[in-house]
Amino acid sequence: MVRRPRSSRRSFLKQSAALAAAGSPLGFPGLALAQPAPVKIAVIHPVTGPLAYSGQLCRLGARIAIDEINAAGGIKALGGAKLEPIYADAPSPQAGTAEVEKANEAGAAAVVGAYASAICLATTQAAAKHSLPHLVDVGVADQIVERGLTNVFRFGPGYRKTTSDAVKYLHTLNTLAGNRAKSVLIVHEESLFGTGTANLLSQELPKLGFEVKEVIKHANPTRDFANIVLRIKTVNPDIVIPANYYNEYALLVRTMRQQGVKPMAIFSVLGGAASSFKFVAEFPDIANGIIDVNHWYNPSSKAAAALRRKVEGMKDQYFTYEVFLNYESVYLLADALERAKSARRDAIIAALASSTWNGHFMPYGPTQFVNGQNAGAEPLTMQVRDKDIKVVLPSHLAQAAPVFPWKG
Amino acid sequence: MPDATILAAALVNGATQGAIYALIALGLTLIYGVLHIINFAHGAALMAALYAVLLLFTGLGVDPYVALPIVTAGMFALGYALQRMVIGPASHGRDENILLVTLGVAILLENLALVAFKSDTRTIDTPYAFATVDVGGVLIAVPKLAALGGALAMTAALFWLIERTDLGRAIRAVAKERQGARLCGIDVEHVFALCYGIGLACVGAAACFLLPSYYVNPTVGGGFVLIAFTVVVLGGMGSFVGALVGGFVVGLAESLGGLAGITLGWGENMGQLGIFLVFIAVLLFRPQGLFGARG
Repeated sequence: MVRRPRSSRRSFLKQSAALAAAGSPLGFPGLALAQPAPVKIAVIHPVTGPLAYSGQLCRLGARIAIDEINAAGGIKALGGAKLEPIYADAPSPQAGTAEVEKANEAGAAAVVGAYASAICLATTQAAAKHSLPHLVDVGVADQIVERGLTNVFRFGPGYRKTTSDAVKYLHTLNTLAGNRAKSVLIVHEESLFGTGTANLLSQELPKLGFEVKEVIKHANPTRDFANIVLRIKTVNPDIVIPANYYNEYALLVRTMRQQGVKPMAIFSVLGGAASSFKFVAEFPDIANGIIDVNHWYNPSSKAAAALRRKVEGMKDQYFTYEVFLNYESVYLLADALERAKSARRDAIIAALASSTWNGHFMPYGPTQFVNGQNAGAEPLTMQVRDKDIKVVLPSHLAQAAPVFPWKG
Repeated sequence: MPDATILAAALVNGATQGAIYALIALGLTLIYGVLHIINFAHGAALMAALYAVLLLFTGLGVDPYVALPIVTAGMFALGYALQRMVIGPASHGRDENILLVTLGVAILLENLALVAFKSDTRTIDTPYAFATVDVGGVLIAVPKLAALGGALAMTAALFWLIERTDLGRAIRAVAKERQGARLCGIDVEHVFALCYGIGLACVGAAACFLLPSYYVNPTVGGGFVLIAFTVVVLGGMGSFVGALVGGFVVGLAESLGGLAGITLGWGENMGQLGIFLVFIAVLLFRPQGLFGARG
């Protein structure tokens, strides 16, 4: 009697595994095509509460980038690992801290967020406890990157850089106009961003010959700007500089129009509505001529133009700095993952610290982080012109010549 | 010291802003006066009404002032239905349940708005949004004047309704003695629902006067309802005249406080301080409110 060779389950599994390891399509398809573990990224923004509009735009930008990266095959250096977003809502610093703790528990490899400076201060601090890499998307307060936290990286400029460039650009504009503007009045919101920006402007503008006639702080939200506008009317400055969030910015300039207050220019620094296509679309007459020094993309970039078309093709969406800064922050993280060849937190931090990424469409040049701040990051100066936003300074990126003083 | 024109402008501005506060507070005080509940859903109702005005304007081209009867009627119906079908049955006659139910309604409305409209801030651009009337050098915005007139008219109408009509007598009877009113044949549940409906109708009117010069987003009600609570307590819980006067007092305190803050270089947010200074002073010297009954 011929004995048939016995085939045990163990030997069958061994043979199949060997086939799979050899890349044979006859092996277990599950083994042959096993996906590497996804890389979890915490995407933390204030998507509810008073900053929800900006927070949701931030999330949109991050989501588009994550979807694009995953559709293009994920992180190649990690065998095509997909990015797995952990979307979280942080309407306050306390909520931001809690969400970072949750993301840490969930095994996040990095954090992207958290829009507002005060929230970023909390999330970066919480992330530092766990050596969790944190890419700051917007948060302009310079304290965020000045506390010696080695896990924190900011791609865009902070308010010191933005304010110093704004002062320089205002001086340039005024010089070109024959130094017609002599005085300014600053209106700012009361939190870290507005107060810090206003303080820096108050220090720097007098050095260039501008008299800072008044600095007016207001609450968030402010339901009525009539008093502030009456004060502007009384003080009669040549230039009004608002530094506040979207709703208050829009109310302020609407009330100025209502009360017939027309300074030589409205020159904003990180103005909430000035560089917003939404504001321009809703109030084209009021927005026309407003100048803003803010986060902006290289206007000659085809990639930026393509992303703008994509966003504007979505229902009720606008291409704002919240969108493109988050989009680029996710791509910066993806580049770090590629170079780190690992989703380990220390490896990502090391890769970010040595990053020289140039695949973005911002006017920054290759990334170079000095104490967590991208040294090449800089704002641009835009002016609203005929229902569009045009870069007017610096001149090598300008799409239109600045009109200052405004003719309106 | 600001000059006379600026001071006059701040006074006018305070009065017009106070008119909006009064309109919102009128509904709140009616609901408190009869149902004896603090309506936590008031801010969310204001937000819902603002969206209704927005949709009528953007979808059908209905001007906010023309939309006044539509929105007030719609908000009345919403309020009546909410009280009859949700708040009344869910509360089982217990005040603490009513508080929680109205809080739940507020959370539900805000999140529904978030789903339907996203967190986007929306505004409307009417032909008169920037129109002003020059009164002795003080430029008064037309939408604010309309709000002032609307608040006065609404208060007068409510006063007439409560004081001169059978419905008003029924409402007063229910407010004073619920069981006694029931024994006299008054349908107490119907009166409750009517009061809640009228309360939300006031909010609907406020929304029509507010949107031409303001904006709407899902959280917009929060900023107003806190002030409205202050107005109601300041004026005396359940008093219409108190709500109207309280609205003006709060509006003026905010405006003059803001002006003082700006003049002294302390910032416009001193206006908020002005409100609460007046509030504390009233509570210290007249704890029942300006027009409230003691006890």
